[in-house]
Amino acid sequence: MSKQILEGKNLIKIFTSGLFVKKSSTLAVNNISLNIDEDKPIIRAIAGESGSGKTTLARMLLGLIKPTSGEIKFEGNDIFNLNQNQKLDFRRRVQTIFQDPFGVFNPFYKIDRVLNMPLKKFKVTSNKTETQDRIEFALNSVGLRPDETLGRFPHELSGGQRQRIMVARALSLEPKVIIADEPVSMVDASLRATILESIYNFKNNQKISVLYITHDLTTAHQLCDDIMILYKGNMVEAGPIDSVVRKPAHVYTKHLVGSIPFPDPKMKWKKYNESEKLNLDKPSVGWRK
Amino acid sequence: MAKVLNVNNLKVYFHTPLGPVKAVDGISFDLSPKERLGIVGESGSGKSTMAYALMRLIKKPGKIESGDIVVGDENILDLDENEMRARRFSKISLIPQGSMNSLNPVMRIEEQLIDTIKAHDEYKSSISKTEKQEIVGKLLKSVGLDPGLGKRFPHELSGGMKQRVTIAMGISLNPIVIIADEPTSALDVVVQRQVMDTLESAQERIGAGLILVGHDMGLMAQFVDRIAVMYAGKIVELAPVETIFNKPLHPYTKMLINSLPKLDSHGVFNGIPGLPAQLLNLKEGCSFCLRIGRENKNEIPWVKVSKSHYIRECDVCADYN
Repeated sequence: MSKQILEGKNLIKIFTSGLFVKKSSTLAVNNISLNIDEDKPIIRAIAGESGSGKTTLARMLLGLIKPTSGEIKFEGNDIFNLNQNQKLDFRRRVQTIFQDPFGVFNPFYKIDRVLNMPLKKFKVTSNKTETQDRIEFALNSVGLRPDETLGRFPHELSGGQRQRIMVARALSLEPKVIIADEPVSMVDASLRATILESIYNFKNNQKISVLYITHDLTTAHQLCDDIMILYKGNMVEAGPIDSVVRKPAHVYTKHLVGSIPFPDPKMKWKKYNESEKLNLDKPSVGWRK
Repeated sequence: MAKVLNVNNLKVYFHTPLGPVKAVDGISFDLSPKERLGIVGESGSGKSTMAYALMRLIKKPGKIESGDIVVGDENILDLDENEMRARRFSKISLIPQGSMNSLNPVMRIEEQLIDTIKAHDEYKSSISKTEKQEIVGKLLKSVGLDPGLGKRFPHELSGGMKQRVTIAMGISLNPIVIIADEPTSALDVVVQRQVMDTLESAQERIGAGLILVGHDMGLMAQFVDRIAVMYAGKIVELAPVETIFNKPLHPYTKMLINSLPKLDSHGVFNGIPGLPAQLLNLKEGCSFCLRIGRENKNEIPWVKVSKSHYIRECDVCADYN
């Protein structure tokens, strides 16, 4: 059996609010399992509307929040029970790219710091020239010129450039998995292609698997190999991206595909008829081959 | 048919200590009733500035330098502030970007809708309680919301519902021009479609001309009749939507179309090289040439290619691919 880098088993997350009285709970993620194989790097999309649980799932896989039940394993070990060295390795090998390229930078520091600190912290490089080489390599891989970017402050860069720096930072640590939470939704449409292209190349060149969290099925289709569709915390449909997008089986997926604004005036949105109206009180679950 | 909006050589400059920023630099276009015009461009291309200029909402250090904005039959740049206030929403209305920030968090929805009417309708300075109920109910129903939502506060609504409230506000006084500035940029696709359907039916009902400002070419393809492509404060190409998608002429439009994800192009990415133009102290001549490392310092002519197809034709970058 091949080695699993990251494995989530029967994950359930329930958020509760209120103290003693009036306790209410939300089922954010309901019994979802997924795994990422070391030998077969894959780009997998996790798609769904706002509130479908996709970000909660990502945060659990990153170890930022604990699942209510179920277990998450990194290279076979439970991520909430790692020793110091394993923990450091987990943090280094499972990287993330967040949605907002404006909120993640400290405006008082030059962007060099964002790139330097993790390399120092994880002891990836041993001396300054090595660090510099690695940073320059990472910046070049995402299509930024090091001489134009290094030494600048975050406000001097555009949103697209900042997001590319976050991608470069993740890459410089030689991760095995990158969890990208809507990495291009706040970037201009015309600059998205460059960012997606570098993420796509990671899989082929560096053998990095990517979990691409999004609600945009067109970029998911462009980038990913397979897809999981979440709705109200349930996995309603999953499978190879081509088959899911072209022949959606679940009502919600049909809606999602039907709402894609295709950049082609000949493919206008079709009007829904009454029977296709969204009625999703009974989500069905399952993998599709 | 008479045009509802005529914009002629509009220029909006921001006078900063570092020099002028020509955010909108000589834009002309028109809009017919019931027509939908899309204005696309990258962040910083001046598209939102143009939208705000049409409402005369440009604040210092920005200034409308010259040009005409004719709404219906009057040039709104000749009006004083009180007259302009009476034109906003009743003649020309704006549906802003990010509805979550444009509604007042401590005011009920119905109060905000009524507020708009009181502020901009010359004849409706006082509204009785029963009339209020009726107006609010009608407006909310027209955008597919339950009339009971009027009693709620903005935080009790979802993003899509809030955006539909701003649409209700935008159409409350039956304007002849509606400007929608990226109305769905913060919403997911299913809700986006719902909001666009609402906007479409509302516009068709009141017969207004609509300007959709945004950077999502997919949404434009679904929604508008004509597209104006903006680059560095100027319109570089203006044509019916089919022409823009099938026979684009300007190299920037070509690249924009090319960069779009298509369903049959797995793993193919065509980014646009270079960086968006910096508008501060922009050089004379063709700004797109600068992006691709060429130069043309001459005045770039606005050429009519065919009946409804216009392009800012620069012969230095025309062959770029």
